[in-house]
This record gives sequence, structure tokens and C-alpha cells, in this order.
Amino acid sequence: MKYLDEYRNEEMARKIVSEIRRIITRPWVLMEVCGGQTHTIVKYGIDHLLPDKVELVHGPGCPVCVTSLEMIDKAHTIAQRPDVIFCSFGDMLRVPGSEFDLLVLKSRGADVRVVYSPLDCLKIAKANPDKKVVFFAIGFETTAPGNAMVVWQARRQGIKNFSLLVSHVLVPPAMESILKSPLNRVQGFLGPGHVCTVVGYKEYEPIAERYHVPIVVTGFEPMDLLEGILMTIRQLEAGTAVVENQYPRIVKREGNPAAQELVKKVFEVCDRKWRGVGSIPQSGFRLREEFHEHDAESIFAVGKINTQEPSICISGLVLQGVKKPHDCPAFGKQCTPEHPLGATMVSAEGACAAYYAYGRHLQAEKKALHPV
Amino acid sequence: MSEEKTPDQEAGLLAGSCPLPLTNYKEIVLAHGSGGKLSQQLIQKVVLQQFRNEFLEPLHDGAIFTVGGARLAFSTDSYVVNPIFFPGGDIGKLAVHGTVNDLAMCGARPLHLSVGFILEEGLPMDEFHHVVQSMQEAANEAGVTLVTGDTKVVDRGKADKIFINTSGIGQVRDGVVIDPKRARPGDKIIVSGYIAVHGIAIMSVREGLEFETEIASDTAPLNGLVDAIFATGKKVHVLRDLTRGGLTSAVTEIAQSAHVGVLLNEASIPISEEVKGACEILGLDPLYVANEGKLVAIVPSNHAEEILSAMRSHPLGQHAAIIGEVTSDHPGLVLMKTRIGGSRVVDMLSGEQLPRIC
Repeated sequence: MKYLDEYRNEEMARKIVSEIRRIITRPWVLMEVCGGQTHTIVKYGIDHLLPDKVELVHGPGCPVCVTSLEMIDKAHTIAQRPDVIFCSFGDMLRVPGSEFDLLVLKSRGADVRVVYSPLDCLKIAKANPDKKVVFFAIGFETTAPGNAMVVWQARRQGIKNFSLLVSHVLVPPAMESILKSPLNRVQGFLGPGHVCTVVGYKEYEPIAERYHVPIVVTGFEPMDLLEGILMTIRQLEAGTAVVENQYPRIVKREGNPAAQELVKKVFEVCDRKWRGVGSIPQSGFRLREEFHEHDAESIFAVGKINTQEPSICISGLVLQGVKKPHDCPAFGKQCTPEHPLGATMVSAEGACAAYYAYGRHLQAEKKALHPV
Repeated sequence: MSEEKTPDQEAGLLAGSCPLPLTNYKEIVLAHGSGGKLSQQLIQKVVLQQFRNEFLEPLHDGAIFTVGGARLAFSTDSYVVNPIFFPGGDIGKLAVHGTVNDLAMCGARPLHLSVGFILEEGLPMDEFHHVVQSMQEAANEAGVTLVTGDTKVVDRGKADKIFINTSGIGQVRDGVVIDPKRARPGDKIIVSGYIAVHGIAIMSVREGLEFETEIASDTAPLNGLVDAIFATGKKVHVLRDLTRGGLTSAVTEIAQSAHVGVLLNEASIPISEEVKGACEILGLDPLYVANEGKLVAIVPSNHAEEILSAMRSHPLGQHAAIIGEVTSDHPGLVLMKTRIGGSRVVDMLSGEQLPRIC
């Protein structure tokens, strides 16, 4: 398939890997920021192609994983109301709150629907004027414009029975919180390609400079990842620390100004709790006051719900790149996608779930990792 | 998962030492019907627990037993699909093809089918008529007869338009033993054509997606293709039709049941450009998407080429391909050499495949 097969090419992969082998002189720890990148790495076995000197640790960029437990409990409280149609992206349905997940609520009769675009919610709202339609607006800067647009359109079209439960998070504060941590091991970043499609990468330049860390904005296909890794290692070996763009077919330095404009009109920056990590100042979006009639948190008065994370799993450390999924004693045993104990197992994009789905918990793989 | 529990309590609870039959799901969730791990658990821990017997236990597509000297295959399946009419077929066709295929996968020639309808009050008569007509056409095509049946009507809202159950019997070919347990190291794995077509056809209607070319369901009776395979006179160890749960579930179940490993080669798995594109847009992995007119055949390596060419000369096997082999390494596990030369485990999904956020 055009524009895809080119980025999944075995011969090209071999070339990039041998170039990485040629230039690398010492061990380096790289973090891919996005869950989508982690997914590609494990799905294609990229980490097994790389020389041992390259260690990949997996970043916090899985929006489903980092959505706080209390926000999920708020979602469940709202979704249980008989007057509500609760809409969500698909992979949020399996994320457990304190008591259950949305799939269970659905089986008990709650009207929970998976949408591909938040704009679908407006159609649902128009078709069900006697119901309150709520969309669970999670995600990084990538999904913010779409979510801003749906609120903007709801107001423009006078659709009163639609609201957003907002749990947006931002990448740069999370990266800084990793870099500031005394436990930090990350020496270079594969930057978030789709986030930068929206916001550009200007705001990453001060981070690269302040922490002397190379950041290579990277795409999501296997060739993107391999090239991003090569570019980061080139910088590390040369001792430079700048922002580079591996993903120019999509990402511009200034991003998408129209999208940014809309996001600014609808959302404002706020402090935000991250599941497994805790509160990070100025790391999220909330709706601006003028859109309060579309703010589900105030409409359904769930603002006071306050939940503590169970202290069982090490997902916080996994999200910060300090630990790997298989470092956790519960991984693949008590903690599986059927029974996720923590943030990084709940979404398909979470590092633990990706390790699990692609069989890293299965002992036999080690032996058979390099077949034929 | 409540915060008061200590890790030990949590672990104890989840380790399943208590008599709770399933996972911590206290009610049936949709994922129990997805053909993945939860479906498997439901069958193993609840159904098999009660019904255990030598015919059911192999968990093959149908049961095989001898009556008056004749070896018979017997199979049943229920059909629920929304929408009931979709590009390439309808629920009636599915209901006939599904049972015909299950019988064919036992190495049997399908003979007679029963049909049970559960109809929702308010179903338009012409829609029911259309479904029934379509079932008769499918039966004619597959050379089977619908010999007994039943009809029930339930209140509006208690069913979704129409649910169909079909059961069928067939006669197993002389000397033929088809069983997932018979997969042997060295065997080749052949898939009969493009995978993931049916699931994407249904999803594109449900999601209102329009592609340049319409993706029509691949639903088809596979007994003709199976005839072509046996006509070669070559040996066949396993036949399995791919249904919900996709290629992954079928191959994993075989690996587990025969205690062998499977090594797939991603680049050789046939997937049409349209389906590839749709999967990219929908964020789905075609290896897990449902099929209705495809099978995998596991055959001795020295017979593989002849069987493959026989399949390719049949209209339903034109795109057949050898996609991997059975190994003695990593028993119970399916590994795949990825398109870029890496490797990974291919495991059944725990629940339904849910579209990812980004």
C-alpha cells in the first residue's frame, strides 16, 4: 500500500540498523514519548533488531493510561445516569476505575457508545434531544483541536444537551518532570510526532537546551522509529542537543496555527493529575469559563469526587522510563489486560499492555526471538 | 480494584484460588463473545466444566462420532449481526455458510441443516422473507438441505431484529481424520485467501465509512474448496475456518491444542489493499478481524505445494498462500517474523479489539 509499505521495508530497516551499529560507541538510553511509538516498536520487534547498547524506555504518552483514576470515576458516575449517553474513544472502555470499567456499565444497561470522531457526538445529541450526551475528552495536544471543535460547533449550533468531560494533558510538562527527577535515566527523546503536528516543535527547543538532551520529533511507522533512533544516537555521539524533525512529511516547526488558535479559544492550561505519576503543574487543559454550559464536570457536579491510586503497581516508574514492564513482579501474572492493576496495562498503547500483547511475558520467546 | 486492598490480597483475589468461575467480571460482557481469551475462558471454565465429554472436549468446529458404522460430524452455531443486510451478504447467508463450513472443517460432506429463528416483534415481513430466501439460495449453492426448523417471536427490544441458529450434520470422508491436535512440526500453514474482509465490510457499514471500492463480505460455503483439497489425494492434518477472533485465534487455538509452535511470516499473509487501508483508518489489526469465507489448512510440508495449487485453481482459493509453518520450538505459542525482519508473539486478544485513540 502506497505511503505505508515504504515505511515497513525490511531492507531499509537492515540498512538503518547497520548504520546505528556502525556509529554507536557506548550505551545510550532513549525514550519514545508516545504510546503509539511504543506500540510500533514492540509490534514490529524493533527493539530486538537494535544493538544492545541502545536501550529504549517507554514514555508517558499514552493518554488513556495517564487519565487519572478520579477522572475515570467521574466518567463512571456520569455514565451510570439514565438520562446520559456517554461517548468515548474505544480503548477508554476497558480502563478500570475504582469499581468497574465502562464495558461493565454497558453490560448493566448504561448507554455507552464508541465514537471515532467527537463530532459524531453532536449527531447523537441532535437525534436524542431528551438525553444528555457527554464525550470523554481525553488525550494530548493531538486530540485537543478535535475536542475544541466539537464544543465550538455545539455552541454555534445551539446544541445544549452536549458536554465534554475534559481530561486533557500536555507533553512538555511531563517531559520536564521526567528530566527533573533524580531517577531520570533518559538521555535522548523520540519526540511526539502527532502532538507536534498540531503544536509544532518550537516549545521543545528550550527543553533540549535547558537539559542538554537531544529531541528528535519522530513518526509512527517502523522506518520512522528506526530513523528517529539513528538521528538521536548521532546527536548523542556528537554531543549535540537540539530538536530535529524526522517526520517532516507531517510536522512543521510552527505546527498547525489554525488548530492552535481554536484550542486557545476553547481551552486554558491547568494543573492536572496523571495516573501513576501524580499531579503535574500546568500540564493539562480545561474548558474556559465561557464554555461552562458544555462542561460535564460542573453540569453533573462530579467535581468533588476524589480517589487515591492503588499503590500496587509500578506504572508511575514505567511511565517515567525508570522501570520496564517486566521489572514488575505482577506483570503478566496478577496484572494482565484482563485484570489491569495499573495505568500502563489498561490501554493497548500502554507500555505494559504492548509488552503483553506482543508476548513479552511468554518465556519461550527469548529462545525463539531470532528465528530463521 | 479498591484502594484498601493490599497487594497480597489483590494478588490472591486475582490469582483465582477461590471458586469464582471466571475473571472478576460478575456479569457477561460483550468481550465474552469476541472469540478471544475471555470467550475461551467462558467455555473452559463454565461450559466445558459441566458438559465435559470425549466428543466436545477437542473443541473442534464440530463433534465427530460414529452412528451405525457411518462417521458423522455435527455442528451448531448462532448468528447475530448488525446490520442484518450488508455488502456481500446477509444474516441468512452467514447462518448457512457458517454451519456448512464448520462441518467441512471436520473433513465432512455437509448434508442437512436445522434452523431456529428468534424474531423481534416488528421485523418487517419482507426483510424476513428476504433472509429466508437467501438461506435457501445459500443451501442450494452448498448442496445442503434445511430439513427442520423452529420459529419464536419475542417482544420488541428483546432481540435485535432476527437471531438465527443453525445446526448441521455431515458425513466424514472415509479414512480422513482432521483434528487440530494433528498439527506436526514441519507442517506448512496455508490460508485460502485475503483475510479480514468480512469484519471490515461489516464495520464500514456500521461506521458509515465509504471507500473508493466497496468492501463486500467474503461469506461463502467452503465445502467446495475442501473438496478440491481432498481431490488432490494428499494428506491434510488440520482444517479450520477463520471466524471471529480472526487468523490469530484460529492459529493460536491450534498451537495450544497440538502443543506445537507456529511461526508466521507477516509479509506472506494475504491482505487486500482495501482492507489494509480500512484497518489503518480504523486502527485495527487485520490479524484479529473476523472472516467468514476463509480457512487455514495445515498440511505436511511435502504435500503443501500441490494442495496450494489445487486451492488456487478453485474460485474461493485464488489468493491462497503459505503463511508459515509448525515448529517444535515454543509449543503453544505463535511467533511472527514481522515485515521489517523483527519478531513478535501473536497472542489472542483478551477482549474485543477496540479502536485506539491515536
